[in-house]
Amino acid sequence: MSIVSIRNVEKRFGKLEVLKDISLEVADGEIISVIGSSGSGKSTLLRCLTRLETVNGGTIVIDGDTMVETTDGKPVYAKEAVLKQIRLKTGLVFQNFNLFPHYTVLRNITEAPIHVAGQSREEATAEARRLLKKLGLEDKEDAYPCQLSGGQSQRVSIARALALKPKILFFDEPTSALDPELTGEVLRVIRSLTDLHMTMVIVTHEMAFAREISDRIIFMDQGVIVEDGTPEEVFGSENPRTREFLGNYNQSSI
Amino acid sequence: MTAEALYKLFWFMLEASGMTVKIFFFTLLFGLPLGLLVAVGRMSKFALIREPIKLYLLIMRGTPLILQLMFFCYAPYYIVGSTMSRVSAAILAFTLNYAAYFCEIYRSGIESIPAGQREAATILGFTKAQTFFKIILPQVIKRVLPPMGNEFMVLVKDTALANVIGVAELYQMATKNMSRSASILPLIMAGVFYLIMNAIVSKAFGCAEKRLDYYS
Ligand SMILES: Nc1ncnc2c1ncn2[C@@H]1O[C@H](COP(=O)(O)OP(=O)(O)O)[C@@H](O)[C@H]1O
Ligand SMILES: [Mg+2]
Repeated sequence: MSIVSIRNVEKRFGKLEVLKDISLEVADGEIISVIGSSGSGKSTLLRCLTRLETVNGGTIVIDGDTMVETTDGKPVYAKEAVLKQIRLKTGLVFQNFNLFPHYTVLRNITEAPIHVAGQSREEATAEARRLLKKLGLEDKEDAYPCQLSGGQSQRVSIARALALKPKILFFDEPTSALDPELTGEVLRVIRSLTDLHMTMVIVTHEMAFAREISDRIIFMDQGVIVEDGTPEEVFGSENPRTREFLGNYNQSSI
Repeated sequence: MTAEALYKLFWFMLEASGMTVKIFFFTLLFGLPLGLLVAVGRMSKFALIREPIKLYLLIMRGTPLILQLMFFCYAPYYIVGSTMSRVSAAILAFTLNYAAYFCEIYRSGIESIPAGQREAATILGFTKAQTFFKIILPQVIKRVLPPMGNEFMVLVKDTALANVIGVAELYQMATKNMSRSASILPLIMAGVFYLIMNAIVSKAFGCAEKRLDYYS
């Protein structure tokens, strides 16, 4: 059974069609990587799934709740209560972390569990400390974001997302803002999350990582899904667009 | 001037400073929240809210403050036939005028916060109000401190304009005293008083900026 169901989703910015009739099913617990060149609509897809953007057409169902449905060409979003429920089930890790600079690491993580999910301060703090330990940041709880390296910042932002116990976690190029030597520590952390059996959709340019971690890989090009298959299928694809994209990657990584 | 006269002058001017400080504080008390409210309205996606606010900003920033003071002092009499105290009229004029400038300072502060901050808060499930008061506003305050410091210092000096509607503030008392005592000393003393007030304002902003220095 799908935990994320996307049917015929369309998104335009003015005249620019960024998502063209995207359909995708994600099974519960599945780990999916989304690859594709810059401007192909990967971020926009995640932003539509997390309601940072509204779609121009199509249907999105998340964990049984319909977020948006299109009848007679008009997308209609669910009631606020349903949207709120969906919100609690999904998290998003940004490329630029977007940590709150005026809060300590600990408060960055506990603020939403306390003020959104209604947890007690003790409960939220204990959970935050457990997550910081898991992500190797136990000595950073009193630090401010400006005192962290990029890799540490991204790990804090992952902890912040995990603190709300989402069923689905979206990552938008979580290592693209990092130096190569810091990329590894963040990828290791994401890899360590696989034992939580959480559904993960990861937009990434780290091909080796995508190949190793994913159950499925989606290749997007100019707003359409060109490939949807196992890593073996996608990396062995005969499709010329796919081969060209992956070929560029092989060249640039040599 | 005798020592006794000097002593009397000093107390007299200190009392007049009280009025200056009063106008200053009430303008901030009403003007700072009003400016924030106006800034939020100015950024509204509804033209019905945004456009009247733009007109208000144009009028307040596009006409002389001294004229606005006269207007709020005398308009109530000519329009509804009643009056309010001169001090109230002065505070009203200063509040409406300064709120316009505060609005633009807040707005530039709010617009300078990266969109990612609001997006991260949205994803975490914060309501619009929580996002504004917990995430956006604290960062805005840090960013607007320097221009606000400027504005506060200008306000200290602008209070002198209240003399045109006969409010007994520092400048008016100084000029009256000058002609009465045929001495330039009252003016110099008034200058020193303004300077001390602004030194305090400047120091306070320095401290506030330092306090918020713990993050960037
Ligand atoms: N808010 C926006 N307004 C206008 N165009 C946008 C906006 N966001 C993205 N785009 C455009 O949509 C296309 C896809 O962008 P994006 O989803 O960010 O691609 P990707 O993440 O795959 O690099 C690009 O051409 C981009 O310029
Ligand atoms: Mg992107």
